[in-house]
Formats: sequence, C-alpha cells, structure tokens
Amino acid sequence: MSRILLISTVALTVLFLAIGTLTAGGSNNGTPKTPEGTVQEMLASVKARNWKQAYSYVANTNTTDLNSFISDLNGANGDLRTFSSLANVKTRVLHATDNDAVVRADMQWATAVGGIYDSHDLQVVNQNGSWKVVWPVQKQPNVPPQVIPVNFLRWDVVTRGAGDDWGAQNVEAPHVRIVSMNAVEYEGGTVIVGEVVNEDTVPGFVSVSASLLGKDGGTLGDESSFDKISHVLLPKEVSPFRIDFPKVPLREVKNVHIQPNSLLVPASADPTIGVLHQRLEQDAGGHHVLRGELTNESGQTVNIPHVLATFYDNQGRVIWVSDGYIDHALQPQTPVPFSLALRDDIAPKVQTYRVSVNQYSINRQQS
Amino acid sequence: MLRLIQFAFLLAALLFAARVADAAELRVPTDAIAGAEVSIPTTGSGDATFYLFGPGAAIKRSVKLGEDIRLTGNDLQFSGRYTAALSNGESGVFFVAPSKPADVAFLARPSRVPASTRQVISGTAFVFDSNHNLVTQPTAVDFNLGVSQGRPETRTVNTKDGVAYVILDSGRQAGAAQFTASLNDDNVRRVVQVTASDPCNLRMRAQPAKNGILVETDPIRDCAGNPVPDGTIVTFTEVDNSGRSTVDARIKKGVAQAQLPQSDSAQLSVAAGVVVGNEIHWSGR
Repeated sequence: MSRILLISTVALTVLFLAIGTLTAGGSNNGTPKTPEGTVQEMLASVKARNWKQAYSYVANTNTTDLNSFISDLNGANGDLRTFSSLANVKTRVLHATDNDAVVRADMQWATAVGGIYDSHDLQVVNQNGSWKVVWPVQKQPNVPPQVIPVNFLRWDVVTRGAGDDWGAQNVEAPHVRIVSMNAVEYEGGTVIVGEVVNEDTVPGFVSVSASLLGKDGGTLGDESSFDKISHVLLPKEVSPFRIDFPKVPLREVKNVHIQPNSLLVPASADPTIGVLHQRLEQDAGGHHVLRGELTNESGQTVNIPHVLATFYDNQGRVIWVSDGYIDHALQPQTPVPFSLALRDDIAPKVQTYRVSVNQYSINRQQS
Repeated sequence: MLRLIQFAFLLAALLFAARVADAAELRVPTDAIAGAEVSIPTTGSGDATFYLFGPGAAIKRSVKLGEDIRLTGNDLQFSGRYTAALSNGESGVFFVAPSKPADVAFLARPSRVPASTRQVISGTAFVFDSNHNLVTQPTAVDFNLGVSQGRPETRTVNTKDGVAYVILDSGRQAGAAQFTASLNDDNVRRVVQVTASDPCNLRMRAQPAKNGILVETDPIRDCAGNPVPDGTIVTFTEVDNSGRSTVDARIKKGVAQAQLPQSDSAQLSVAAGVVVGNEIHWSGR
C-alpha cells in the first residue's frame, strides 16, 4: 500500500511539474506563446529593471546591443528617463499573422516631473517558433570630436552689503510684463493662459500668479504657473504661462487678478536650442500633435529639455499652452524629436503657434 | 502771653523765609543746539540729584544747587524734546535743535532705466547734521545726473522738512550715469545704469551655409543709437513646406546670428521681444 502511495505521489509530482512547465507562458524561463504575451513579458522585465531578461525578448540584437537597449529604457546622460520608472503598460494587438504581429504598447512612466505617457507600435516576429520584439532603439549619431567655442554672456549679481550706507540702492528686479492673457474653460475648470516678456536688460526668475474673483468679489482660487512657464527669462525673452484652476467653472469667474513676479538672478545665455521643423499633425489615433526637433547648438549636454508651445487663434490671442518634457538628453548638435499633444477641440481654431524650450542641466550652473 | 505769641509768629516767619530762600530753581535753555555744550543755572543751596531724559539720552547726576549744571555735546547729541528735573521736584522741558547741515543721505531710484525716458529717475536727499539729526531748516541740495561724455543735468532743490526730491529724465546715451547729491562739500554718488531701449529698425540678412541658412542681423541698436546689450534674445523664424523652425539666438558683440535648416523656399523673419524686424523670402540662394 505504501509503495502504491509513493508511486502515486511521484507520478503526481511529475505531472504537476509538466503542467506547470507547459503553462508557464508568462514566466521568465519559458517562451511566451503569443506576440502580446511576449511584449508584456518584455515590459514586465523592464518594469523590474531586469535588463538582461528584457533583452532576451529582443529580435534585432544584430542592430541593437544590450547597452543601447538599456540606455534607451533606463536613461543615460542624466536625462529624465534616469529619474523614471515604468509604472503601467497596456498592450493591444493591432495586427497579427503566424509570422509577425504589431502590438501597441501604451506605457506610463512615473518620473520626477509627473507621469509621462509613451506609445510604441512594436513589431513582433516569430523566430524559430518563439516570438521576439523588434525594439526601435533610436540611434544617437556620434558627434565628431570638435571644439565648440562657448563665449556667451553670464550675468552675476552683486547685492548690497552690510557695510553700505542705508541709502545705497540695491540692484532691482527685472521689469517683466504680461503681454497677453486669456481665460478659457477646460474640463469644467478654468485655465488662464498668456505670455510674459522680460523687458529688461538683465535676466530674471519669473513666475506668474493669478487669483480668480467671483461675482460677489470673493476669491475663488489662487494659483501660480508652477512648471507651465519658462522661469528663467533672458532679456527680451518671451515665455508662455498656464495656470490651471481645475475646480472653478469659468461661468463663476467675474474677474481675474494676475501678477507677474520677478527676481534678479545670475544666469547664463548658454545654451541655444533650436526648434526645427515644427508642424501640426495627427497621430495614429487621430489626435492632434505638434511635432518637431530640438537641436542643442551648444557644446554641453542638456539633460532635461522642457518644451512649451503657445497656440494662437486668428486674432492673435493665446488660446492654449501645452508643455512636455523630453525624456532623452540633448547631445550637442544632435536633433531630438519631440511631440506635444494639442487638444482636439481647439485644434481647428489654431491659426499659429510658437515653441520655446526650457532646459535643466546638471553640470551647467544656472543660478 | 501776647509777647510769647508774637515771638512764635516771628520765628515761624523766619523759618518760612529761610525755607523759601533754600528752594532750588531750574532754568532750562531756550536755544540748545545738538552737540553743543549747555549750562543750566540753578538756585538754592545744598545737594540734589539732577535727571535728564530725552531722545537717546538718560542721565542721573548729583549736583550742588546754586551752581550751573553743565551738559556736554555728547549729552545732547540728539535733537528733540528733553526733560530736566531735580530731586526736589523742580523740572523743565526744552528742545534741542539740529546743528548745521553736515551730511546728506541719498536715495536714487531705479537702479536701471531705459534711455530717453521721461520722468523716470528719482532722487531723494535727506539732510543731516554732524550728529545724524534731520535738519528741518530749508537747505539747498544740488542734484547732478550725467553719463560720461554727455551733458549733465543739474538741479538745485531746497529741502522741505529735511527732504529734497527731484525727478529727472534719462538721457539719450546709454551707460552708467553718475547721479550725485551735493551739500556743501559733501557729495553722495549713486550709479543709475541707463540701458538701451527696444531695438529699432531690426534688420537681418541670410546666406547659404554648409548645413543650412545662416541668418545674421545688422548691429542691433535702439532708436537713439545705443547698442542693445549682449545676451538679449533675438528670435529667427523659418517657415517652409516642412514646417516652422525657430532659434532664440543671443546677441553677441552687437549682432545675433543663427543657423536655420536648409530649404529651397522659405520665409525668414526676425524679432526681439515685441519688436518685429524684416522678412526675407529665401529661394535657396
């Protein structure tokens, strides 16, 4: 009896192991059976920062080495991706045959500046019975060795000291001016958009705050532009700003008080970033996007570029301000594509637009 | 008995006379000047304690009645209302006036102004004596504002309640304007940076470059001919079939330049702040 029990136990164990091995389509040791499962497995490994495991699902290993793959997904050069982690992934099969498929992966990255959404239509191919992903690594062209002279201005500030007599004047803050302002309704709330210009001959750290007043004169809300503005403005530089009041319906707003604030700060005129080939297009989902390329014309890496776009109607009024962070660093002289979402409901009203670039650099002293 | 009563009255009268003769009196000054010595005569005899309190001063001193109480310049260095008192209850109030104008404090605002702007530079002078008391008597203060090699603007203003105020235009010439307030031999100098105004007649030219179109402005000046400071943003824009390209260039050595993408047919424009410059239709050469 005990021998029968022993044999039965061993047989059941072998059976369960076999079933487990066969059904382990999503496990790291097995091979996924479907293109979508392969993409999910690969991105699950990315989420777990298991780069070698993720790379094992890559089909185009002849053109994409492990380091390039890791740099693409884990970031490099102090860019925003290095301060990010993959939070959520949604996949959808767009097309599938026995040999290949296209899977759309909508990825949400948790970053230091909030969530960033990224969408890839990934080609998945069947290689010798197992599905692999053709990972679209953006090749960074190598910048030839060269010397890029940087002799732009830098402004330093000497403030009054304790030894000065009381009448000695301090250097005053730069003069900034709101050149346009508009209040628009968005998703049941109120959004204040506009532009501010540094009219002075010195750089300034600028912020814009707004108060919404109701019909009875009471304050409905106070907010500031936070990161929907380029804070450091060089002389004659114009920046858009956007202030969101998500819980205040526009119909309740009687008046808006808007206040630009400026501080005199040390700043550098470097770097210059060109915004090339800007165009309004529709993406694969039919949504309006503003696309273009950023080119860093200086000799140092710009770690985190921040793109701000101002949209105007046919009367020249600012009707919307969009912004977005680029998750890859700007290497010198190397174009990097960007795309910003534009609200579909205002896209038909957009007559023209203007793009400016804010930047955060680790090694460059900004202030 | 009557003689005894008469003697008692006589004794009382003598004691009263002696008491009256001993009473101290404090004669406070009527024309005290800050920083100057003052004597306060007293009457009576015997010892007493003298008290003096006023702005920034509190003194307690033993004095002999019948002698002058001497107060030094240090005791009365601050102008204002003083109270002098003796321990027997006698007291008096007097005022110490500021002495001669000796010092001027000068506020100049703002620290930076655009050139050729009317009524934009203010100067405020406060006149003090050698002990930093505000001199409220009308005093003439000379204001002088000038950029080197330019014609200075001079005004003389009398103080009112110790303050003289002037408001002046900024000059046409950019530079560090020396703004001085003078009182006798005392000059206080402030620097007001007169900066170029908005660019005037902003013009650019374009030429083919190795990898695109090189655009460069003429020397950028304001309407008075002052060079716009280096570092000022100048935006170049190119619009062609592939979209719009913009470069926010910085003025360097008086001009701004940028390289725009290659194009066979494009509209090029330039702007600085809210000032728009010329446009060029680029046809590939």
